[in-house]
Amino acid sequence: MIGIIDYGMGNLHSVQNALRRLGVDYFLSEKKEELAAADALLLPGVGAFKDAMHALKENGMDTFIRESVQAGKPLLGICLGMQLLFEESEENGLTDGLNLLPGRVVRFPGIEYKVPHMGWNQLIVKQPGSPLLQNLSSDYVYFVHSYFVKTDDQNVLIATSDYHEEVPAIVGKDHIFGAQFHPEKSSTAGVEILKNFANYVERRKADATV
Amino acid sequence: MLTKRIIPCLDVKDGRVVKGIQFVNIIDAGDPVELAKLYDEQGADELVFLDISASNEKRNVIIDVVNQVAAELAIPFTVGGGINSLEDIKKVLRAGADKVSLNTAAVKNPDLITLGAQYFGSQCIVVAIDARYDESLGSWRVYTNGGQRSTGWEVIDWAKEAVRRGAGEILLTSMDRDGEKSGFHIQLTKKVRDAVSVPVIASGGAGSADHFYEVFTEADADAALAASIFHYKETSIEAVKDELNKQGVNVR
Repeated sequence: MIGIIDYGMGNLHSVQNALRRLGVDYFLSEKKEELAAADALLLPGVGAFKDAMHALKENGMDTFIRESVQAGKPLLGICLGMQLLFEESEENGLTDGLNLLPGRVVRFPGIEYKVPHMGWNQLIVKQPGSPLLQNLSSDYVYFVHSYFVKTDDQNVLIATSDYHEEVPAIVGKDHIFGAQFHPEKSSTAGVEILKNFANYVERRKADATV
Repeated sequence: MLTKRIIPCLDVKDGRVVKGIQFVNIIDAGDPVELAKLYDEQGADELVFLDISASNEKRNVIIDVVNQVAAELAIPFTVGGGINSLEDIKKVLRAGADKVSLNTAAVKNPDLITLGAQYFGSQCIVVAIDARYDESLGSWRVYTNGGQRSTGWEVIDWAKEAVRRGAGEILLTSMDRDGEKSGFHIQLTKKVRDAVSVPVIASGGAGSADHFYEVFTEADADAALAASIFHYKETSIEAVKDELNKQGVNVR
């Protein structure tokens, strides 16, 4: 069972629709007690980094997420939810993130090109063995974002994309994952990624009970 | 690099897909949910729904349609037509749309663009511009109310103003070409493309794969929208993309 964290940031509709179509069990909640019962957490998000961190901190959701991850619970952040996994963001003044992955969220310089990075772009696979990339290779996925992650740690890059910069597209370390693009809006490739995450969660759960 | 997007557009009237020529002579073209699914399967990069229902009463039907379509689709989709207030934007986004397209209401009340972008983010505010060439003035003018009312705006000026206020994309329709199948308006599209910093979706006039090639290579449009050639299966999205791919245009 995947628990979608509802903290008032963004459109949760499409993520739920995608999981429902896949037949994945999920629930939506803003309550830590309820989310604590989930096998994995999904952190969506559209909007500004600062507002999102503020919303997460308001009721201690930030601490809850960190503790859940430390206890071994898988986590998938989507779009802004992925950016929140990192150390800090430059958006509207420097703001601390959840600090689960090394890196900083910065704005596309965008001097000679359009910002946001909006539309379909191709994945460049860095870690073909990642559980999130089963049955995927150089697929196209749908991005909408003006800020992107800069990291010195190549190990967290599962797949990138090229938009005048190397854009981390799928990131991860151990059981923490993030997708900069919108898998729920990325047609069959996106569906595959969500399915891979759900399968990973199931496998982990099975391993834990053995 | 980003691909060029192919966007089928569904004009929806009282819950059914319809298509007219130069905004009149409207005929039935099918069920919106079925067509949306078909286009998703064929590789559409996005979908646009324009509600052209005559009355507000019938307009509420669109919320149900948006809901049904959102449940089936795994690509972004935009809803426009009769969106007049922040409340309307919220309703449509809540029903599952990813973006809204503002046209008449944006011209009447440009603050709607500003507020919409502030509340929901620029990425979900598309400003649709219906453009017609005015011989006597020697420029393209903005029309509203389904192309029936002329405004005081020159197209480039209005496009710039819309972007300044926070529009995340411009959906540019050439009324002169709409339904004519003689090709997108290259000159108009290029002018707007060069004037603004956000993606421009070319619309009006698609009749063949070559027309998409032209508008992507000659006008550098970010996306191109078409309705009737897809609805009546004169060609398919797959066929258009195959052709573009052969000619070296980057598509998904």
